[in-house]
Amino acid sequence: MSSYQIASLGRGLIRSSRLRSFVRGHGVLAAAGAVVAVVVLASVCAPLIAPYDPNAVDVMAVSQGRSAAHWLGTDDTGRDILSRLLYGARLSLLAPAAVVLIAGVLSSALAVSAAWLGGWWDRTVSALLDVVFGFPGLVLAVVAAAVFGAGLTVAVVALSVAYLPYIGRVVRNAALRECQLPYVSALRMLGMSGWRICLRHVVPNLLPIALVQVTMSFGYALLDVAAFSFIGLGTQPPTAEWGLMVANGTSGILAGRPEQSLYAGVAIVVFVIACNLIGNGLSTRLQGETR
Amino acid sequence: MADSLPPPALEVTGLRKTFGDFTAVDDVALTIAPGGSLAVVGESGSGKTTTARMIAGLEKPTAGTIRLNGRGRPGVNARTSERREFAREVQMVFQDPYASLDRHQKIGDCIAEVLTLHTDLRGPARAARTAELLEQVGLDERHAASLPRALSGGQRQRVAIARALAVQPRLLVLDEAVAALDVSVQAQILTLLQHIREQTSVAYLFITHDLGIVRHICDEIAVMRHGRVVESGAADTVLTDPQHPYTRKLLDSVPVPGWKPSRVLATADTVPSVPGTEASKGDAGNRP
Repeated sequence: MSSYQIASLGRGLIRSSRLRSFVRGHGVLAAAGAVVAVVVLASVCAPLIAPYDPNAVDVMAVSQGRSAAHWLGTDDTGRDILSRLLYGARLSLLAPAAVVLIAGVLSSALAVSAAWLGGWWDRTVSALLDVVFGFPGLVLAVVAAAVFGAGLTVAVVALSVAYLPYIGRVVRNAALRECQLPYVSALRMLGMSGWRICLRHVVPNLLPIALVQVTMSFGYALLDVAAFSFIGLGTQPPTAEWGLMVANGTSGILAGRPEQSLYAGVAIVVFVIACNLIGNGLSTRLQGETR
Repeated sequence: MADSLPPPALEVTGLRKTFGDFTAVDDVALTIAPGGSLAVVGESGSGKTTTARMIAGLEKPTAGTIRLNGRGRPGVNARTSERREFAREVQMVFQDPYASLDRHQKIGDCIAEVLTLHTDLRGPARAARTAELLEQVGLDERHAASLPRALSGGQRQRVAIARALAVQPRLLVLDEAVAALDVSVQAQILTLLQHIREQTSVAYLFITHDLGIVRHICDEIAVMRHGRVVESGAADTVLTDPQHPYTRKLLDSVPVPGWKPSRVLATADTVPSVPGTEASKGDAGNRP
């Protein structure tokens, strides 16, 4: 082999490994995005693609395994598991989406106002975020359920509060840095109102950071909502929801029919991982993007 | 006659700023005639930037008065309407061109937003004025449509100047405005600033550590050291016949052909230091 051939082989290897690492880096993000898109689409189109009514009880087909009629089998009341998974995705995704949306907007407003105004308001907001940070989301939700009764709405509100610090702390730090930048001073000197500076200039610049936190939190919120339903305080039967399905299937696990718990559990795990991967990917890209 | 003598663009007396035990600015007095230009020079930590920030209203003075065009300046936490009204008295161009502009706002929008805030110009009239302001600083409509990240440091500093000029201020504070630029770009910006002062009647307060560029742009000089003004006067006089040893040392520190750092360091010992304000306290509080 001539030295030229060796050199070109080397170059080829370097190039292909670069290509591969590039594809791998962005491939993960793309795959995670595809998973989320497919699940969201499936939940939206559930009435069109679900083979059965998710709540239709069929006593002739109780606890069946996989078959042509029931692709993922049936549960202990003969309901089609695939249909319940598809319909269940709606609540399972909507509830955590509401949690991170409420928490994201509220905590960003708190964080930016704290950074802008400073003084006692900043100390109050920071103390509030620190106190809430001390409570695990589920504990807060259980307390709320004890006071206001079980249900998904209570869970969403309680978890929204619990997720304030996860987004708020990061956004506040970023907002503090942002407000120190000379362009903010320049706009102040030009006589622009604090509202306008914050809403038109500071907030848009913080949006990517807030968005990354919201994406990351979404996965955890989904897990928390599912866990809350699993312990029986969230979604109430017979509504289809992933956490509730895992709970419903637990009796079957000992009887050697883990399908219902397994499929719902896999759906949760896959979705949470996809969210985290997207969050990670976005935050890496955010760090790479300078000015 | 009071009418025949317009008030100075800037009149600072007894200005003082302390950060804890450290006195950053001590009994500083400065005056700039309307349309005049004053350079405040000094090393890092001499208090020149703190002085500029107090004049700009970004830092609260511990003591002293600041009058712009005969009016006392509103405090750091002034109401929006007060700030907006006072914006025509003083504007500032900052050192870091990379943080002086909102990175998500197009250049044209940045200027237009200021015009909306301060003038009745709307629609095509506002667009025309935006183009005019950008042209004044040597930029065109191509730059107007781009984000700051597409611009070089010098171009960004031009935008910052245009943004300040949009409110037609009587005084423009230039805080190390060319320090972050490379030498050829520095020269361009300095020439631009000269042209602007000839065209408009804006006065300059030019904060710099670089004596080499002062002569090009300023009529008068105030030399600051350890928070005090140690020498001031007409630029030509101070630059050709410095009275204070510190000014001589600063002048010797300007690199010219045949310049020997060792000679500058040797003269450093002859500069009397002000007791209690040692240089070791350095930059404390000089920058946020």
